[in-house]
Amino acid sequence: MTLIEELGAWLADPAHWTGPDGLLTRLLEHIALSGACLAMAVAIALPIGLWIGHTGRGAAAVIRAANIGQALPTLGVIGIILPLTANIEPYGFDLIPSIVALVALAIPPIVTNTYAGLRQVDPEAIEAGRGMGMRELQLLGLVEVPLALPSVLAGLRISAVQVVATATLAAVLGAGGLGRLIIDGIAQQDDAQLFIGALLVAILAIATELSFAGLQRLAISPGVRGRRAVRESAADA
Amino acid sequence: MTTAAPDDRSTVAARGQPTDTPASTTGAVVELDHVTKRYGPPGTPPAVNELSLTIPAGEICVLVGPSGCGKTTTMKMINRLVEPTSGRLTIDGRDVMQLSPVDLRRQIGYVIQQVGLFPHMTVGDNTGVVPRLLRWPEARIRERVEELLDLVGLEAAAYRDRYPSELSGGERQRVGVARALAADPPVMLMDEPFGAVDPIRRDRLQNEFLRLQSRVRKTIVFVTHDVDEAIKMADRIAILQRGGILAQYDTPDAILSHPANEFVERFVGADRGLKRLSLARVRDLELIRPVLVRAGTDRTDARRELQASAIGFALLVDDGGRPLGWIRDTDVDEQGPIDPEQATPGASLIEPETTLRDALSTMLASSVQLGAVVDQNERVVGLISVDQISEVLQSGNLPGSTDATG
Ligand SMILES: Nc1ncnc2c1ncn2[C@@H]1O[C@H](COP(=O)(O)OP(=O)(O)OP(=O)(O)O)[C@@H](O)[C@H]1O
Ligand SMILES: [Mg+2]
Repeated sequence: MTLIEELGAWLADPAHWTGPDGLLTRLLEHIALSGACLAMAVAIALPIGLWIGHTGRGAAAVIRAANIGQALPTLGVIGIILPLTANIEPYGFDLIPSIVALVALAIPPIVTNTYAGLRQVDPEAIEAGRGMGMRELQLLGLVEVPLALPSVLAGLRISAVQVVATATLAAVLGAGGLGRLIIDGIAQQDDAQLFIGALLVAILAIATELSFAGLQRLAISPGVRGRRAVRESAADA
Repeated sequence: MTTAAPDDRSTVAARGQPTDTPASTTGAVVELDHVTKRYGPPGTPPAVNELSLTIPAGEICVLVGPSGCGKTTTMKMINRLVEPTSGRLTIDGRDVMQLSPVDLRRQIGYVIQQVGLFPHMTVGDNTGVVPRLLRWPEARIRERVEELLDLVGLEAAAYRDRYPSELSGGERQRVGVARALAADPPVMLMDEPFGAVDPIRRDRLQNEFLRLQSRVRKTIVFVTHDVDEAIKMADRIAILQRGGILAQYDTPDAILSHPANEFVERFVGADRGLKRLSLARVRDLELIRPVLVRAGTDRTDARRELQASAIGFALLVDDGGRPLGWIRDTDVDEQGPIDPEQATPGASLIEPETTLRDALSTMLASSVQLGAVVDQNERVVGLISVDQISEVLQSGNLPGSTDATG
C-alpha cells in the first residue's frame, strides 16, 4: 500500500474521525490545551510587561529572567516539573506538567515584546497625554498600549504559535491532543495516523499565525500601521 | 496684536458681559510668586530661580531666552508636570498645589514642543481627547470638534477622519491648537508651538493665532526662543537668562525702548530700534495728503497743485483711484496733458495694517521715498514718507501704542 492509499483507508474509517480517540477529539483537545495555556500566560505576562514598560521599574531584572526562560528547552522544563507534580491529585499528573511547561514557554515573548513596544512609544505622546490630564491607567490604555500594539500582538503571535507547536509534546505526558496521533502512529507503525497528526499540527500552527496576522490588521490603528516596524524578536526557543 | 491691545484689555475688564462670546471662558490670572525649581539636591544650581510673574487674564505672556534658561520648566510648573522646589503658583488666586494634577491639567490647554499629536488617533479623536476625559456626551464632543476645526481653519469634513501622518506640519500645529482649546480652558500653555514650520507658514499661523486669540481671549503662556516672534505675539515678554533668572518682564515696547540690562540689550539685538517699528502700524501715523492726477490732466493744473504741496511728487492714478506711478514736479514744466509714460513706475503699495517696519523696507526699496497707502480696493487714501518713520525712530515715541504700554 502506498502512503496515499493508507491515508485514504485511515480517513475512510469513521471511528478515526469521531470516535473517543478520533481526530476531532484530538484536535479539540489540542486547541483547548493551547488556548488555555496561552490565556494563562497572557494573564500573567501582559500585566508584568505593561507594568515594567510603563514604569520602567524592575525592567532589567524581568527582561533578564525572560531571556533565560526563553533559552530553556521545553523538554527540560517538563523533565524538571514532572517529578515535582507526580503526586498531585486529583487532576492526575498528566495535565499539570504540560500546562506549566507551556505557560512557561509562552510568557517570555509576551513580556519582552510588550515591554519593548511600550518603550518605543514616542515620549512626546506620553507627555501630551499626561499634560492633558490623563490618569496613569488612562495614559496606558488610551496612548501607550494602542501605540505599542504592533509589538504587543507580535509577542502574542510568537507565543501562540510556539504553544500550538509544542503542545504536541504534551501527549508524551498523557495529556492528549494531536501529539497522541503521532505517538500512537509511531507505536503502532501506522504511518497514516502519524502523517495526519503531523499535518494537523502544522495546519493548526499556520492557522494560528494567520489569525493573529488578521487580528493585527483589525486592531492596529491605520495611523500607526506600517510606520512602526513590528519587532519580531528572536524568540525561537 | 499689541496695537489692538487697548480694546482687548477693556473687554477683559468687562468679563462676563454679553459683548463676550457667551459660550467661551475667558482667561484667568496666572501668578508665580518666588518660584524656584532645582532638579538636583539642595545646593545644585536651580533651573528656575525665584521667579515672580503676574500674567493678567486674557493676555499673551511670552517666555523667551536662550536654550536651557528654564522656559519649559517654568511652563510645566503651571500644570504641575514639574513640581516647584519652592514658591507659589496660583491661577485666579487658587494655589495649583492644592488642586489634583489631573483636574488642574484638564483646565489648562497644552501645546507641547513639536505638537505631540497622538499618531493612532484621527484628527477628530485627537481634538476630542479632553472632552472625552471629562465624559462629555458623544454628540456634544462631535459638535465641539467640528466647531474647533472650523475655528483653526480646517474643514471638519475633510480633516476629521485623517491621521496626523496624513497632515502637513502647519496643519498639525493647528490641530494641536484646536486640541488644546477643546474644553475651553481659561489658560493655555504653548511650548514653541510654531517651531516646526517654515518662516512663511509660521507668519501665517501667528497671524491666524492672534486673530483667534482676539476672539477667545485666553491667558496664554507662550514659549519661544525667537525674539521677533516674542515681539509679535506678546502682550508682555518675560526674558529669562541662564539659571532661570528673570532679566526683564515688560511690554514689547518697553523692552525694546528701555532694556533693563546689558543681557536684554544683547538678546533683543542691536536693531531694537527697528524692531520697535513692528509694534506700530501705518494707520497710527498721520497720513500726508496726496496730490492725485489722472492721465490727460493739464500740466498747468498739476503744477499749481504740486507747488501748493510740500512733497514734490504727484501720484498718477487710474479712473478707480488706483496708483500707477509718481510724477516729479520737473516732469510737468511743459504745456499740454500729462503723459502716463512720464510716470516713474513702482509706487509702493502699503496698507493701513502694515507695520512701520515693513512699510519702511518697502519705501527704501523704491526710488521715491514715499509710500502710497491704499484701502481694500487699492484706492489711494494717503501717503507716508521715510522721513515720518525716521522721526518716530528719533523721538522714541511710538504712535498709537502709548496706552498699550502697561
Ligand atoms: N527632567 C530634568 N532633569 C534634570 N534637569 C533638567 C530636566 N529638565 C530640564 N533640566 C535642566 O534645566 C534647565 C532648564 O531646562 P528647560 O527645558 O526648562 O530649558 P528651556 O528654556 O525650555 O530650553 P529650550 O529652549 O532648549 O527648550 C536646563 O539646564 C536643563 O538641562
Ligand atoms: Mg524648552
